[in-house]
Amino acid sequence: MGLKKNVGLVEGLRYQGKGPMLTYVLHRIGGLGIVTFVGLHMIASFLSNQAWGTGVGLFINTIYESWIFQIFIFFCALFHAINGLRIVILDLWPKLIEYQREAIWIEWCVFLPIYGIALFVIIRSGLGG
Amino acid sequence: MKAKPRMAPQKGFNFDYLMWLFTRLSALAMYLIAIVGVTAALLMSARQNMSVADLMRWAFMPNPNHVANTSVADIEVWKGIFWNVMGILMLFFAGAHGLHGLLNVLEDYISRTWVRNLLRGLVFLVWVLMSAIGVYVILL
Repeated sequence: MGLKKNVGLVEGLRYQGKGPMLTYVLHRIGGLGIVTFVGLHMIASFLSNQAWGTGVGLFINTIYESWIFQIFIFFCALFHAINGLRIVILDLWPKLIEYQREAIWIEWCVFLPIYGIALFVIIRSGLGG
Repeated sequence: MKAKPRMAPQKGFNFDYLMWLFTRLSALAMYLIAIVGVTAALLMSARQNMSVADLMRWAFMPNPNHVANTSVADIEVWKGIFWNVMGILMLFFAGAHGLHGLLNVLEDYISRTWVRNLLRGLVFLVWVLMSAIGVYVILL
């Protein structure tokens, strides 16, 4: 899906990569989400310790303390961590790459219950229950 | 105008290979640090005193400032050189892993060599700057 690599955006979206492609895309989105969050978080905690930046720091805090942002960032972190573990295992033991699709099924079986419980907790406390 | 495709990574012992390996090993290292943080928090009565969000804090960055407002009775135990080192290690692994990942994504959309080299320099600068800020915040 590169900008100038003989593949247009529409063609790229039409590509039927199935499970592995989906994990690849989500891994990227998750990684970028984590970089954004951790960067913001570090800048915020740096600023709120400076006399001149407390207001800005606390404002950034209110963004990522909102429960809607937490739903997003927890998806990023959890998916990136679990999918990353799969990638590490398959890359360090290359013979296992044969079972990549089975590994992806296991991955979803681990991810969905944990994320489901987390969603329940986040939304319940977000709605003030 | 036809852009040249991205240069394929070369075989052998070079920077790209080292970073490929580093990405995998730092992922394992971060798992290890998170497990140590959660285990320590559980030993310090996290089951009675913490919400899930607090436990996440101890997992991802177990330095005393970050966890000061979690309700553990004896926070003093966490104030020591050991947890500062753990925090800085986490910062090093996460920062290098994350920014190299960002660079990887960016380079997939860039074919010109000079833009790529410029970006590599920029990301390196951001890494140094953010590490400095991070160490400052950890040791504060």
